[in-house]
Amino acid sequence: MIPYLALAAILFSIGLFGVMTRRNTIGILMSLELMFNAVNINFVTFNKYVVSDGLVGQIFAIFIVVIAAAEAVVGLAIVLLIYRNWKGIDTDHFTVMKW
Amino acid sequence: MFETFYPILFLVLFATFLAFMLVAFSIILGRRTSLGKKFQAYECGITPEGSTKDPVPIKFFQVAILFLLFDIEVIFLYPWAIVSRQLGWFGFIEMLVFIVILLVGYFYVLGRGALKWD
Amino acid sequence: MIDFSSVADNFNVIYPELALLIGAFAVLLLGTVKRFAGLCTSVAGLTALIALWLAVDQFGTQQSGFFGMVTCDAFGSAFKIIFIAIAIVTMLIAHRFMIVKQIARPEFYALVLISTFGMIVMANTTDMIVMFLGLEIMSVPLYVLAGFARRSLQSNEAGIKYFVMGAFASAFLLMGIAFVFGASATTDLRRIVADFSYIIYHSGLYMYVGIALILVGFGFKIGMVPFHAWVPDVYQGAPTPVTAFFSAGPKAAGFAVLLRLFMFGFEGVAELSSIFWVLAVLTMTAGNVLALLQDNIKRMLAYSSIAHAGYILIAFAVGGEDALSAAIFYSIAYAIFNLGAFAVVVLLETRSGCRSDFSELAGLSKASPYLCAVLALFVFALTGFPPTIGFFGKFYLFSTAVKAGFIWLAVIGVLNSFVSVYYYLRVLKVSYFDRVEQPALSVSYTPAITLVLLITAAGTLGFGLFPQKLLEFAQSAVFAFL
Repeated sequence: MIPYLALAAILFSIGLFGVMTRRNTIGILMSLELMFNAVNINFVTFNKYVVSDGLVGQIFAIFIVVIAAAEAVVGLAIVLLIYRNWKGIDTDHFTVMKW
Repeated sequence: MFETFYPILFLVLFATFLAFMLVAFSIILGRRTSLGKKFQAYECGITPEGSTKDPVPIKFFQVAILFLLFDIEVIFLYPWAIVSRQLGWFGFIEMLVFIVILLVGYFYVLGRGALKWD
Repeated sequence: MIDFSSVADNFNVIYPELALLIGAFAVLLLGTVKRFAGLCTSVAGLTALIALWLAVDQFGTQQSGFFGMVTCDAFGSAFKIIFIAIAIVTMLIAHRFMIVKQIARPEFYALVLISTFGMIVMANTTDMIVMFLGLEIMSVPLYVLAGFARRSLQSNEAGIKYFVMGAFASAFLLMGIAFVFGASATTDLRRIVADFSYIIYHSGLYMYVGIALILVGFGFKIGMVPFHAWVPDVYQGAPTPVTAFFSAGPKAAGFAVLLRLFMFGFEGVAELSSIFWVLAVLTMTAGNVLALLQDNIKRMLAYSSIAHAGYILIAFAVGGEDALSAAIFYSIAYAIFNLGAFAVVVLLETRSGCRSDFSELAGLSKASPYLCAVLALFVFALTGFPPTIGFFGKFYLFSTAVKAGFIWLAVIGVLNSFVSVYYYLRVLKVSYFDRVEQPALSVSYTPAITLVLLITAAGTLGFGLFPQKLLEFAQSAVFAFL
């Protein structure tokens, strides 16, 4: 079980790193997908090794796939909108508001 | 227990060997030319034109995004299809509700004209 | 084999949700037809009213359905009423604003309804899968709503920031749920509670990691320090009625789920109390101190909403039924007076060329004295002066903390309230005493927003003087808390 969890942890961390360091919004979206898929690996692993019978983990993984897709679609739509207004999708643009 | 995997191992080795051999033969036997066409992007024989960084019309993105959505949502049909007999009417009705919700989305997209292509 | 009748049995648990969903779909589809587009607003309003009626009808019953996935207990059905009421108020606030800013589209109402549906799903379950689904159904429309003013750069920025932060938080939350699932082999909180000591004994590490990640995920959603960085930008950038909705609805929903998770599900983890102690103090203090520096009313209210989240977090540190009902009471109270305050801001912003900076308030007391008086009432409630509901909510929270022996926490809370007096009263100082060269623009009332102002003002003052009814409501929500 541990190797799979380690794989998930590594993927999650790569995603985390990507979200925090990427300048390009699409890159951030991709990193987010990595994080979601790391979670999926975790769910499927736990389902195989911890739950004796039942498919809760696998079903949850399917839900996560779908929700990640829905979120990605909304994210891409917002990115398109921003591209139209700013002619670019780098996070450096997002400084209209500051504190 | 690994005996069953020997054919695969053989295949992997053979494929690697073949790939190396082909490259080696072409290096040894082939003539080297540096014509202009060699440095073009390969587009199945059609001469490429323009830059690859040209913006693509936004309609492509729109359709792609919508495709992504509807494509992924259908994933729920697979687990249901496997156990549809055990679930009986209950499962059928639940799936019907799901499809109707998707259909509402589809009709909304149609009504807003997101799929029109002029 | 399950037959038709049991399916029908299941559906009556979720009548209010169904009403919201069907209404939202009707609005979406009607909006695509030119001829019926005008009907959308009234259809949305009617739907919300029907859903409210169904939710009130359901209140007090104890049902569960869909194989235990949906649990409609007193707690959940109380929050149903709260969420739907917030949605109705939001739509009333938004109507004219959207037309003035030229972003009136029927989708707005559909998105608000779907988001409300998500909140209800979230609050009415003990299963973490459904909780997460509800959270996403709530959040995805909110991302769109934050970027609803398509031509406005600020709104776009708010949308993308909220989206990235929201998805980021969801990933953490999911990872947490995965670890809790790995520790306990179930996603149902009731079963986790039943075997809690066994789970901690056998796979305590996974459980602790999972709980920590879940806390981080929800910390983002409710704007808890140190996960609050997105709050001011999103609150300022989003269209003001949407900001009003953000500060009331999703916040209450986040707290509803947090209450269910941490006051019921993971109640057995003793260390959580001190963690929440620190988080509450950090959140209150950071929110209040940063609010002092703001020049924009929306941004100030954003920081103030962080501070108020900090006050509610006190209840988590304290624990127990009293703290639970105090948290519910404060969430409702905060929703009432904060929606009122935002209604005033919306009204001010519908004047031409206004960006809700503090300076725009100058001369308001001359131009529209009644509005200014109502604003003063909400500001007093936000500060926590008697006899408003804000005072009673804070009093209830702090007194439960003191009773449970968390005296320092209560003291820090009171000190924070004193800090907040400064920036809240600045609103009144500017609007009553600041000199102006030219008289302020007058505002134009509409029946909808007048109604909102009347309801919220009456709630703020009425429940402040006679908190008994609301208190009973909050306490009955605690009763049979699954």
